[in-house]
Parts: sequence; C-alpha cells; structure tokens
Amino acid sequence: MSLFIDIPEDDDQLPALNTGRGKLIWISSVDHKQLGIMYLWLALFFFLIGGIEAMIIRAQLASADNDLISPELYNQIFTMHGTTMIFLALMPALIGLATYLLPLMIGANEMAFPRLNAFSFWMTCMGGFLMYFSFFSGGAPDAGWFNYAPLSENNYSSTAGVDYYLVGLILTGMGSIGAGLNFVTTVLTLRSPQMKLNMLPLFAWMIFINGFLLLAAFPLLNAGLFMMLIDRQFDAHFFIPSTGGSAILWQHFFWAFGHPEVYILALPAFGIISEVIPVFSRKPIFGYKFIAASTVAIALLAFGVWIHHMFAAGMSNTVNGFFAASSMLIGIPTGIKVINWIGTMYKGSIRMTVSMMFTMAFLIDFTIGGLSGASFAIVPIDWQLTDTYYVVAHIHYVFLGGTAFGIFAGIFYWFPKISGRHLSEKLGKWHLWLFVLGFNMTFLLQHVLGILGMPRRVYTYPVDLSYWEVLNLISSLGAIFMFAGIAAFLWNIYVTLKKPRQADDNPWEAWTLEWATTSPPQLQNFTSLPPVHSRRPLWDLKHPDNPDKKLN
Amino acid sequence: MKDKGKLLVLFLIASEAFFFIALIIAYVYYRNFTNATDTVAANLDAMRTGIFTLFLVGSSVTLIFGKRALKKGNNQTFKLFMALTILLGAVFMVGQITEYIGLYHKQITLNKDVFGSSFFTLTGFHGLHVILGIIALSILFGVSFTKMKPVTLAGIEGVDTYWHFVDVVWIFVFYFVYITPLL
Repeated sequence: MSLFIDIPEDDDQLPALNTGRGKLIWISSVDHKQLGIMYLWLALFFFLIGGIEAMIIRAQLASADNDLISPELYNQIFTMHGTTMIFLALMPALIGLATYLLPLMIGANEMAFPRLNAFSFWMTCMGGFLMYFSFFSGGAPDAGWFNYAPLSENNYSSTAGVDYYLVGLILTGMGSIGAGLNFVTTVLTLRSPQMKLNMLPLFAWMIFINGFLLLAAFPLLNAGLFMMLIDRQFDAHFFIPSTGGSAILWQHFFWAFGHPEVYILALPAFGIISEVIPVFSRKPIFGYKFIAASTVAIALLAFGVWIHHMFAAGMSNTVNGFFAASSMLIGIPTGIKVINWIGTMYKGSIRMTVSMMFTMAFLIDFTIGGLSGASFAIVPIDWQLTDTYYVVAHIHYVFLGGTAFGIFAGIFYWFPKISGRHLSEKLGKWHLWLFVLGFNMTFLLQHVLGILGMPRRVYTYPVDLSYWEVLNLISSLGAIFMFAGIAAFLWNIYVTLKKPRQADDNPWEAWTLEWATTSPPQLQNFTSLPPVHSRRPLWDLKHPDNPDKKLN
Repeated sequence: MKDKGKLLVLFLIASEAFFFIALIIAYVYYRNFTNATDTVAANLDAMRTGIFTLFLVGSSVTLIFGKRALKKGNNQTFKLFMALTILLGAVFMVGQITEYIGLYHKQITLNKDVFGSSFFTLTGFHGLHVILGIIALSILFGVSFTKMKPVTLAGIEGVDTYWHFVDVVWIFVFYFVYITPLL
C-alpha cells in the first residue's frame, strides 16, 4: 500500500467513495462541493430519523387512551423530533445546498475559507451524533425543543439528556456560525470581478443575508446554552427561580435566537423558490429589487419580534402591544415576496416539473402558515391558542410546507448539476402528491384540534372528547401518506444514482452561472467564466441580439 | 475588501459581540430588574481591577506600535513590542486569577447565588478570550523568529483586530460589573 495519496487534478471528477482512498479523501476534503454533498446526506439521514420519531408520535396519538410507548419515552421522542428536524435536518440541508451552490453561482472555485468550511460541517455532524448518543446514556433530552427552564434544570430533568442537548447544540451552533462567516466573506471577496452585489442570483443574495442572521442569532443561543450548562454542571443559578435566577430570561435568550432562526430556515428556501420559479416560468424574476430588499427587511425585523413567542408569559400590555405590531409588520415583506413570485408566473410559459410543482405547493402551504402565524401576532388569539395543536399546525406549515417543500424543489432542480443525473419525474410526482396530500391531511386538521383545545405535547387524551379521536386518526393517516412519499423519494434517489451520468450542462435552460460549468462540475469549478453583465449571464450568452439590461 | 482574513475576523468579532452582550444582559438583568441585592459587587476592588485594566489597554497600544513597526519592516522593534503585548496581557490574567482566588477565600463562588454565577461566567468567558488571544499572539511572536515573515504579516491583521476587540469587551465588562455599582 502506498504511503501517498494521489492528489486529484483540477479537471478530475470528485473522487468516488469505493475506489482506493476514496473514503479518506472525502473525510479529509475541504472542497465545497464534497462538503455540500456530505451536508445533504447528513440532512437526509437525520430527516429520516426525525421522520421515524414523528411516525411514533402519530402512532401514539392515533387513538384515545393509547399507551403504545411510555410517557417518558414520548417526551424524549417529541423533543428529539423537533430538535432533529430543525437543527439537524432542515439547517444542514439548506447550508449544504448553499455550500455547494454559492461559489458556483458567483463564479468562484471555492469558498473563502475551505478549512473553516470543513470545520463547520464536522461540528454540525458531530454535534448531531453526540445529541443522539444521549439515548444510550440514560435517556434523551425530554424538555421540548425549546428546553424551557426550570423544567430543563437538574431538579426536574435528572438524566444527562438535557446536557447532551446543550452540548450538541453548542457544537452545531458553532458550526453554523462558521458557515455564516464563510457565506458572508465568500460573497464579499470571491465574486466574479464583473459581478456586482446587485447582480447576485437571488439564492446567493438570500444566503448572503442569511449569513448575517446566523452570525447574530447563534451567539445568543450559545450564551443561553452555556449558562444552562453551567447551571446543570456547576450548580449555578441563572435560570432557577427558586434560588434567585430567572426562568423568563431563558425564554428571552431562546426566542431572541429562535425567531431569527425561523428566518434562517425560511430565507434560503425563499432563495430556492426565487431561482426555480423564473426558470420554469421562462421569465426573468418579477421585481428583483423588491425581493432582495424585502429579504433585508425580514432579516432586520426578525430581531424585533421574539416576544410574540412569550405573550402568555405575562409581559406588560405595552410590551405585548409593541411586539404584536412588529410581528404583524413581518407580513408585509413576506407578502411582497409571494406577490412577486406569483407575478413572475403570471403569463409565463410554465413547465410543470416536479421542482415547479413543489414550488407551487410551497406558495400555497407557506401562505397558510404565514396567515396562521399572523393570527398569533394578535395577543388575545395567542392567549387562547398558545400551547395547543394550532401552534403545532402553524410551525409545520412554515417549516414543512415552507422550508421542506423549498428544499425538495431545490433538490429536484439542482440534482442534475450535483450528480449529473435527472431524478425520475414519474417517481417524483408520486413523492410530491403523496407528500403534499399527506401533509395537508395531517396538519390542516390540527388547526381545528388546537381550537378545540388539544394541548401540544400531550401524551394521550380521553375517548369521550367529541371529534378528538377521529381528527387525530385522520392526522395519523396523513402521516402514513407522507412516509410513503418519502419512501418514493428514497427509491428515486437510489435508482437515479444507479444510472450513468447523462445530464446536460444546462438541462433546464437556466440563466445563472452554476449552469455554465459541466454537470457535475469538475474539482475546479470553472476554467473560464462567461462575461457577466446582467442578472442572467447565460441568457446574454445565448441571445447576444437581445441581452438583458447591462448593470455594470 | 481585499484582505479576507481581516474581513473574517471582523465578522467573527461582530458575532462574538452578541455573545458578550447576552452575558452582560444577564448580569444587568439580575442586578436591576430583580429584587436581589448584588452580593458580588460589594466585594470587588474597582481600583485594583482598574489598574489591571490599564495593563490590558496598554497591551492594545503596544500592539499598535508593533504592527506599525512590522509594516515598516522593522523586525526587531516588532519583536520587542510583541513581547511587551504578551507580557501585559499575561499581567492582566494574573490580576484576574488572583482576584478569583481572593473571592474564593471570601466564599464567593460560581454556585453561591445568581451574582456569583453571572460574575464568574462573564469574566471567565472574557478571560478565556484573553488566553486565546495570548496564544495567537505567541504563535505570531514565535513565527517572527523564523523566516516566515509573510505569515506574520498576514496573521497580524486578524490577530490585532481580535485583540483590540477583547480589550473593548473588557472595558464594557469593567463598566457594568465594577463601575455601575459605585454610581
């Protein structure tokens, strides 16, 4: 066995896993494409685990007075479901797509800090696995994904579960900060010399703004997590009211992070939608400046609304009123975006690919989630519905109907670029319809359950409450549909990866720079770049007689 | 900006600033928005810590001179000022450690009450940052004895930004922890 690894040449393909030192090369890689792909696999892995946890929850709730699993295990399962899906599935999926695509979209060959990039990935990865290690050490965290004190303190959570939650999230949080640093510096320093900031593809723009959100939000979470870890490990008193601490301070820290986190998950999905819609409507994006500017507005407002998660905690009416108003304001920039996307589709020549259909499902379901969100900004409604299944329905419409649909749209759109193969459209439609129907079946009715008064996180419910059992049963049946949809997705990935590479460089006739290189790109992304004078360089290249307006 | 290393550190310290703001908010919250009396403040010696603060501020000044010397190609002066910077930073740390020991003898610890918790967490995290800065400065100092001069030049941009940040954070910590109880 040779002591040396052949360093791949610039014009090589990414190394295959099963050849020679392939695995070692992947583990030690600092290439943004390899890291992006690893992020996506990591996200898929944890998405499946989180999905299985969701199925267990729905099985437990499918009938009244059920005792399929113990209450203690139920607490652990719903805590890990929420934490996994948000921090280990959705975030790595979005960061992975961004890591893969950001340099390609701006005409760069690498991220600004490749080793920091690898550091971010491995921190996220190890943080996730560390958190799951808790199952083997006496029990997983069981205080809910936002881990309210004093329930999460030693007195009430005596297993090491919450400690694993804290350390795991600190690690993934550091990884996310690293990713944010890389996104911001890459966009600022490595753009193609001709590309000005106002010519960035919207996905790249939203990742850029998202980088700032990551940098500002995660330190707040980390500070809170460290304080709680010091509470639990060194008997400090930060969040323990009985010894002078303040439980409400934890809520402030968590939600001062938690609400920007909502936009950290939403903005990249908005970016994907803003790339997919114009390409499959065969029209340039409608209102680029409004979409770009409303992104900044959302990012700024994100830090001024967190109290709406705490309306029931007993702030003064003045505080509640202020944050109710600021929360309502967020509806404006988000609404602007939805209107612009619809405006892009209007009179377009729409191609009904799976990617585009996921985008349309996103528009509908995310808007429902946005509307139920706006209803929470109204303080009395919040007081009535807080901690009920209405919240559960809302969060899933935003994160699953919003972010996850966006990610699916992005995966179907960029899969030819990433792997050189097209995902099957036929299987994709099975995936889409099963998932979208199942999703609405599961969560639309949960609004009703919430209004009927079903508390979130409840272990079970008595049989004699009218409609509870049938609504919960339908909800659980919907989950089976979603599960089948994901099975179709996995099968789709499996059969597609077996096929030979045959995708064109630019199969969708898109206009941004990532389609100017080969599918999949070689280790060095670009040997030469097309001239960039507008937001659609590949359109200009193909239609020299009818180019877009010159912006530089 | 061409220098991506310096850009990275600027964004990193912006991010770190939020971390320290959260820790400072906790301290101020317990002192001003709860009924508890600050048990730590009465035992702090603002004068003594103020003198050690001057050492930390002084280290920022010497680092500025050191960087200036390096840019002029004056390697000997650079080494001198770097050694001085590291020394001043170390003196500050000695001040903090002896202060901790003194408080420990007065039975003020992390688990005494909320003020113990937040005092040691806030100043402790700052101390960790100072130690990290001293390590980074020492690496640059060590490298400056080798022939890798470009490394020192590239590194100093980031490290000096970070060191000034640590210094500024301390001034805020000093104000909120040591000075405001006296006002």
